[in-house]
Amino acid sequence: MPFELTILPGSGSPIFRQIIDQVRLAVATGRLAPGDPLPSVRAAAERLLVNPNTVAKAYGELTRDGVIESQPGRGLFVAQPRQIYTKAERLRRLMPLADALVHEGVSLGFASNEILEFLEQRLARMNLPEPARRKTP
Amino acid sequence: MSEAAIEVRGLTRFFGGKCAVDQASFCVPRGSVFALLGRNGSGKSTMTRMLLGLLEPTRGSATVLGEDCRNLSPATRGRIGYVAEGHPLIGWMRVRDLESFQRSFYRQWDGRLFQAVIDHFGLDRKAKAGNLSRGQRAGLSLALVLAARPELLVMDDPSMGLDPVARRTLLEAMILVTRDAGHTIFFTSHVLDDVERVADHVAILDRSVLRVSAPVEVFRQRVRRWALNFAGPAPSAGDIPGLLEARRDGQSLRLTIANPSPQTERSLSELGALGIEEQPLSLEDAVVAYLGDRGQRQSLLQQTQEAGVL
Repeated sequence: MPFELTILPGSGSPIFRQIIDQVRLAVATGRLAPGDPLPSVRAAAERLLVNPNTVAKAYGELTRDGVIESQPGRGLFVAQPRQIYTKAERLRRLMPLADALVHEGVSLGFASNEILEFLEQRLARMNLPEPARRKTP
Repeated sequence: MSEAAIEVRGLTRFFGGKCAVDQASFCVPRGSVFALLGRNGSGKSTMTRMLLGLLEPTRGSATVLGEDCRNLSPATRGRIGYVAEGHPLIGWMRVRDLESFQRSFYRQWDGRLFQAVIDHFGLDRKAKAGNLSRGQRAGLSLALVLAARPELLVMDDPSMGLDPVARRTLLEAMILVTRDAGHTIFFTSHVLDDVERVADHVAILDRSVLRVSAPVEVFRQRVRRWALNFAGPAPSAGDIPGLLEARRDGQSLRLTIANPSPQTERSLSELGALGIEEQPLSLEDAVVAYLGDRGQRQSLLQQTQEAGVL
């Protein structure tokens, strides 16, 4: 099934964030592969019935993070996976989330092995493409 | 060309001794889709009518497409499209007559766009406006306004009373307007899911006072909600700056706060809760928090339960 963006107004997550999360997830799970085209800002806005500025904002952030790239005159495509952040920066972004998970897990009374098991289950559900051969600069 | 489609400075209107709009100041950037929100009777229509020169301000001023709203020239009026509340139309006129009447006021007229919109609503050119359903009237008044390709589209509660299909078409029409670079939409609405889709700026009028005017994302970041749990009955929220809404339910307290600062977080932790958790907030939640009564608040459901009604 081809990748199709969907949005849900009225949720706690703003529409531009929903678009970013969906594209990131589709790339991470292989539903979108490097080189796959994305609809233009205008086309996506008209399909989703949202303000084009909202789509442009989402695409802007995805481009800055190296998830998608614009090829002048051709449109927007999923980028070749490359790490634009250093390992230190990636850790800086991941650690607060890991802390939040651990704190919440412990305060809810889960044991360490239960939290680890749960993480493994969630990772398995994402069907990450093998091998995760990303290079670290 | 000025960057603002509309600039409002201290705009005020009294009806007798009653203040309908109290010293409002805000700016509608050119090319934006700007939603003015507020409860019924908060002054939205009064504001809209002043901007169009249909109602004289008591004090203050507004510039619309670079001209004073009290003295809009015919040329400038020809660049503004207005969809009035309830989609009033001249009932005895037929669709095709309304089109030729309306186009006589505008320098440019996109007849194909007019036809496309009325086709979309299943309207017959020979039908009389007075015999149309509410949804069809909305479609006709949209067609009459869109066909002039206005630089500024002003709509007063355009989705009122529309069925979901007609509302969807209204959204499509608004997205269509954004295709024309630099064209601006200023509208009032109560349908916040639709506002979230199309608006990039929101303003909130609360009992005649303009409380917010900001890009939608900035507004959403500035209104936050925390849930606090206590060992015993939840205490009163006390004096937290920016508190919009406090709901107490047994051992839990839910606080919605505008413009939180590090001081806010300190105040929250001083309440002595067992746990504090930030909760995601929809645009509608944030707007309702602004429009409700300040401070401590119970839902109707809690109130009736405690009073033993029902």
